[in-house]
Amino acid sequence: MSDVKKFMYVNRKAPYGTIYAWEALEVVLIGAAFEQDVSLAFVDDGVFQLVKGQDTTELGIKNFSPTYSALGDYDVNKIYVEKESLDARGLTIDDLMPLTYEDEDDDWAEKDSIRVVTAAEMAEILEQQDVVLSF
Amino acid sequence: MKFGIQVNEGPYTHEASVSALNFVKAALDAGHEIFRVFFYHDGVNNGTRLTTPPQDDINIVQSWSELAEKHNIDLVVCVAAAQRRGIVDEGEQERNGKDANNIAPGFRISGLGQLIEAGIQCDRLVVFGD
Repeated sequence: MSDVKKFMYVNRKAPYGTIYAWEALEVVLIGAAFEQDVSLAFVDDGVFQLVKGQDTTELGIKNFSPTYSALGDYDVNKIYVEKESLDARGLTIDDLMPLTYEDEDDDWAEKDSIRVVTAAEMAEILEQQDVVLSF
Repeated sequence: MKFGIQVNEGPYTHEASVSALNFVKAALDAGHEIFRVFFYHDGVNNGTRLTTPPQDDINIVQSWSELAEKHNIDLVVCVAAAQRRGIVDEGEQERNGKDANNIAPGFRISGLGQLIEAGIQCDRLVVFGD
């Protein structure tokens, strides 16, 4: 197992307006097949990616937000959201989509994937990573 | 040290690709290895040979091609990002029934797995972007 690295995908941008969020999610989905230790960070406007009730009808572009709900099935279940970024945008965890996974080590109990952490905690988590991909 | 490079922005609009180019040159000069340069998002636009910048400006695409040839560097353009933005090699031209291709010498089109592999194989993965 020594060849498993800690990969973190840092999502910093709003979901629409630019393609970064969607193409970052495509990397996460492909990367899941490589069986690395994956986590996601959502900071700055990136926290908007997880806001529930997204509706892009008026924009005329694809609403890709339902894809985040599938991350648990890809064993991507460590999703860190920065508290300061939520606070600055008037958001709380209640405004975010509930993302869950089934814990195979706990009789497949359904658990929350999202953990709200402070900027200081996020810095520590980043420090522990081997590979940080920033989007 | 073995480096992987990710370039997320196109040439000219954004400095990221020139910064990456300079980083790669400096790393090679210092004796490091460049495992792969992976072009993603608008970064795929670094890989079109149809780029024709003014003569008094740097030709970024050509610089990548020359660097690849001189140092045998693997320049990989993400296929999904390339398809969205019209970066096409012969294989993609045939597969998608296009009337032309535009991939620059030294570049190849492949999947996102090449980026993840670079993260796994390299001592450092360095991302250039916005």
